[in-house]
Amino acid sequence: MSDLTISTRGLGKAYRIGREREKSDTLLTAFGQGLAAPFRNFRNLTGLNTFDQDDAADDLFWALKDVSFDIHAGETVGFVGANGAGKSTLLKVLSRITDPTRGEVRLRGRVSSLLEVGTGFHPELSGRDNIMMNGTILGMSREEVRRKFDEIVAFSGVEQFLDTPIKRYSTGMKVRLGFSVAAHLEPDIMIVDEVLAVGDADFQKRCLGKMEDVASRGRTVLFVSHNMGAVQNLCSRCMLLKGGRIVEDGNPGDVIRTYLSAYSTGAETGFSDDNELRETTGPLRFTAGRMLDAAGNEIQRPVSGETTTFELDVENSGVPMAARVRLIFKEKDGNNLFALHSGMSGKIMTVGGRSKIAVTLDRLPLLPGSYRIGAAIISSVDGVSDRIPNAFLFDIEASTFFPSGDYPPRRHGGVLMDGEWTVHTETSAR
Amino acid sequence: MMDPAEHSDFHVISAKKRRSLASLFEIPAYADLLRFLVLRSIKVRYAQSVLGFGWAIIQPLMQMFVFTIIFGTLIGVKSDGENYAVFAFTALVPWTYFSNALTQATSSLTANANLISKIYFPRLILPLSEVSARLIDFLIGMVMLFIMLLVYGVAPSPGWLLVPVLVIIMIMTAAGAAFWLSALSVQYRDVNYASTFMVQILMYASPVVYSVNIIPADYQRLYALNPMVGVIDGFRSALLGSAPHRLDLIAIGAVVSLILFVSGAIYFQRRQHIFADVG
Repeated sequence: MSDLTISTRGLGKAYRIGREREKSDTLLTAFGQGLAAPFRNFRNLTGLNTFDQDDAADDLFWALKDVSFDIHAGETVGFVGANGAGKSTLLKVLSRITDPTRGEVRLRGRVSSLLEVGTGFHPELSGRDNIMMNGTILGMSREEVRRKFDEIVAFSGVEQFLDTPIKRYSTGMKVRLGFSVAAHLEPDIMIVDEVLAVGDADFQKRCLGKMEDVASRGRTVLFVSHNMGAVQNLCSRCMLLKGGRIVEDGNPGDVIRTYLSAYSTGAETGFSDDNELRETTGPLRFTAGRMLDAAGNEIQRPVSGETTTFELDVENSGVPMAARVRLIFKEKDGNNLFALHSGMSGKIMTVGGRSKIAVTLDRLPLLPGSYRIGAAIISSVDGVSDRIPNAFLFDIEASTFFPSGDYPPRRHGGVLMDGEWTVHTETSAR
Repeated sequence: MMDPAEHSDFHVISAKKRRSLASLFEIPAYADLLRFLVLRSIKVRYAQSVLGFGWAIIQPLMQMFVFTIIFGTLIGVKSDGENYAVFAFTALVPWTYFSNALTQATSSLTANANLISKIYFPRLILPLSEVSARLIDFLIGMVMLFIMLLVYGVAPSPGWLLVPVLVIIMIMTAAGAAFWLSALSVQYRDVNYASTFMVQILMYASPVVYSVNIIPADYQRLYALNPMVGVIDGFRSALLGSAPHRLDLIAIGAVVSLILFVSGAIYFQRRQHIFADVG
């Protein structure tokens, strides 16, 4: 067994959340409450951190509950889970930024946490000063930063502006500078939160490459991301958090599959009869809908670039009839992206009683983000029979649509297409 | 069952350990960070100003002019027989350090909330860095003061050797008070609002514009519970040589400042685990 580097036992972290106070209903009580405000404020502020005795209090929120695991040197562990599942709190406890309310962590070796790019950057200071500052904050010694200084500068590509205050830098330059410093850390344990979310594709790739580098040298990397592709590619192990607990721990492929199906709460469907936007006017109506992955498992969060099936249950209260189905894919703000028409695809479907209608996209061509699908079923006899503008609401997880793993910025377009590239060079006559 | 993590080279983070004073002993390991925070604070303070460090001279100098006109000339406050301007400036150099160091260090935790929520380091480094950074201004003020003393015709005397002791008391007082106030200010922002005018009130509770001798002799030792009393009076007696050394006042101030410093550091350590959560 390789060396144990991190061990947690029964880790718990509670935060106090505000409790609604009684409303005053007369002028007199309102006045009284106004006078009492400083005392109440004092009690509330004091109470912010005094929850050790009474953990059953109704305004305590347990961001982490009974988390126990062992991590060994050389492991790259990804933490996945919906927003609010406790991933960031866990990283903060492991980085010693905040203390656990219960339980304990044992760590061995030098820890660097990268919860943000460019921590401690001061806008008034020059790039040079900020490199020194940021490096020291991240745990390098002065000597170490000095030794790697030229390398860091070259990596960042801001040589020209080294003596300019960074308040005059563009956002991209600041990110590059911050990342260059972080990339030159040599910790035993590296803790990385969603920092990939900030940079452009090139930046993300460099960051991932650097992390792979760190892990391959026998160091331990802990990694939180919503980019399932990155977790899958990078991690040797993955833990799924839900409601502050670790609900699954194992092979990244399996854990991610669990996360994308059962434990995510991202998707909603609008197939309820109470849906106010729904217009049912004919005998054909949708009763349910679901999204499936390549293996036919139901998923809540489709993955960009993966084979995805949209399946609809249809009921026909009348005689069997030919029908067409239309799905319109829209961005969260309602902007239409593309549509799938069974009729245009040349498929005439006869629907009687209960039927399942499905359409499969080989490579889901959407950027990570939030989407909705409007569904309609059209009878060949009397036109639109049932229309649900918000049939599916879901988030798409990032992965590798393109071989490079990069995504174009959303402003370049909302739909992903991959093409066959060739190059033909005419050799000039000598 | 033997826990595999039961090794001495493991660092333990736990609920039980969080109130311990152990992280005080980590501070030397973070010396580089302290150094850079001090440098950052110095560089940032006068960034993009025309006069730069000139402001370190202008601030006490302008106060000296104002006090000389109002208290020295118009009101006629007694200055132990010294020129009022020199009398006031001798007090203003340590006082300006104390007031700037205290206000800046008190707000150092709230001003660096982002750092606290993103990275671990012994939090005591933040107020310490502000208290240290303001020493640059103090040194510039001291150079100015020595020039003024030479012009005024005061010759260096053995009494000047007392100054380093006074400087240490001055730094410990500022740091000790700042440990208390900065730790409180994370949870109660009121402290930040109060510290500015509290420092102003404290100035009149210290012998900046007047001499210790206007306080009735019976109350002088009570008065010296404010450590800046001993410091300022010590500066005057050591540098101007006009009055005899009041070592009793300095000793009382030294004891109070030591208590303030140690208790402040302990209180700060006991509170620091909550900074990232309630800040």
